[in-house]
Amino acid sequence: MAVPALARPGADEPTGDDAAGPDMHGASPRSWRRAFGDIRQAIAQRELWGHLGWQDIKQRYRRSTIGPLWITISMAVTAAALGGLYSQLFGQPIGTFMPYVTVGFMIWYFISACVLEGTETFIANEGLIRFLPAPLMIYVFRTVWRQVLFFAHNVVVYAVVLVIFFGQLDEPYRMGTKETAVLHPGLSWAALLAIPAFVVIVFNGLWVTLLFGIIATRFRDIPPVVSSFMQLFFTMTPIIWTPDLLAGGAPGSTKAYVEQLARLNPFYHFIEIFRAPLVGQVQSWTHWAVVGVITVVGWTLALVALRNYRSRVAYWV
Amino acid sequence: MVSIEVQGASVDFPIFDAKNRSLKKSVLGRAGGRITDAKVPVVEALRDIDLSLKQGDRVGLVGHNGAGKSTLLRLLAGIYEPTRGRARIRGRVAPVFDLAVGMDPEISGLENILIRGLFLGMTRREMERRVDEIAEFTELGDYLRMPLRTYSTGMRVRLALGVVTSIDPEILILDEGIGAVDAAFLEKARDRLRDLVSRSGMLVFASHSDEFLVELCDTAIWMDTGEIKEQGTLREVVSHYKGRDLFETLSPETLARIGATTPTDERVHP
Repeated sequence: MAVPALARPGADEPTGDDAAGPDMHGASPRSWRRAFGDIRQAIAQRELWGHLGWQDIKQRYRRSTIGPLWITISMAVTAAALGGLYSQLFGQPIGTFMPYVTVGFMIWYFISACVLEGTETFIANEGLIRFLPAPLMIYVFRTVWRQVLFFAHNVVVYAVVLVIFFGQLDEPYRMGTKETAVLHPGLSWAALLAIPAFVVIVFNGLWVTLLFGIIATRFRDIPPVVSSFMQLFFTMTPIIWTPDLLAGGAPGSTKAYVEQLARLNPFYHFIEIFRAPLVGQVQSWTHWAVVGVITVVGWTLALVALRNYRSRVAYWV
Repeated sequence: MVSIEVQGASVDFPIFDAKNRSLKKSVLGRAGGRITDAKVPVVEALRDIDLSLKQGDRVGLVGHNGAGKSTLLRLLAGIYEPTRGRARIRGRVAPVFDLAVGMDPEISGLENILIRGLFLGMTRREMERRVDEIAEFTELGDYLRMPLRTYSTGMRVRLALGVVTSIDPEILILDEGIGAVDAAFLEKARDRLRDLVSRSGMLVFASHSDEFLVELCDTAIWMDTGEIKEQGTLREVVSHYKGRDLFETLSPETLARIGATTPTDERVHP
């Protein structure tokens, strides 16, 4: 009998391993082969999650006249309001502060949505998981892809802001009130670094969604806990404020202490690798290093969770 | 080769009530004294299932409500992997369970066809080629452009059956829901299902309806409290389950159609 060429929905079942023979070794639900098989098959079924991700967005704006344009508009309103307000509060020129806030928000929305909706990934797809055999990673890809599409709508806002404030961003500038504040070089071709940065962030969004999704499916207290922590992190992360304002505090002062604290915040590093190139700021390699370590550790944990609990998710949802 | 091998498989559901489906117990429980009954209660939905199905098998599942029929179907579909024991499924599975689930009520029938097909391992292009055929089979016409919430139950069944039968699955798994279609459509579906099974596949079908079982299956499994109580030819098993001969209550037309003239269930359908 010919093996069908199509991807098989019996995702969890060993398929191309007829050589394994009837002794069924490796048929244990907890095996690396099955975990990677799950990922591989989900990648093969990209048309499915690609479609589902689009569907999610279209669904949200079904019957609205301008549809997904609302995503862009709401982002624009937030950026204009908060950028305008905080530039005045901190006494910053709006020409550099507005782009800073806009890019910060764009990428923060993406990251926090991956974390928040990540915890709901499997819970929200309960019906599908219990009634259709499919790789778990389908739902992870669907969630993250949806966020990528949201993000793409917000890029428009950045483009508009850039056109408006290009004059101010194009030359060296300082943020912060003192003359000693870091001198940022202004926009250059280094802005293209934002592309690999975004790819890395998406890659991290996947493990976050997978790991948090599995944990939250088992322990239903996790989503509310995570969502309150995200509120806290939003305040602690330099999005509507800038670390330049904290810089230069005397050693031992509260200001220096807070600055140290900001560096312990993982979100800061993720935001910085994406934002700094897009608004022409100095970028330290330490951000990339921290992000690299988090990527490796995070994926390791997520893969272990996938291996051990992949087959349990259908029981838990 | 299409086959399903299940050995000593059990399916245990942990029941997390509001109290222990949280970190509180795991965390606090560890810190404080040991609470012996802090363990999650478990429902043994299936116990020690041994089953071996091969190509061409058409199996009916009978049993009381809660006997484990649907759980067994999900085990065979690969949705649940056994908690103990093993299950190996070879072949492309297409399940039709609860018809409301897995279909989005807000989007059109056509889009649901596409999504369902993608879930079952088809590509978008392959589904686009099949849409006309499915539309014709389901007889839903312009309704396919309407959101699914406007459909009746029977219309949903038509849609679901249309999709699974159009994609040539090797293992077709049907839960009882399909009883909602009218007689004329059933006849059409029956021919198609038989055709499908004879071509390449295997059918496992849970139903309470004698007529359905006789039309579609030749062997049967009687499930009782999560275990296989009896396995054999359809007539034997269902007769034992119901406590009367299966063929007694069937209409002469049905009997004639399935060619059941001999006392055994061995038969060749036309």
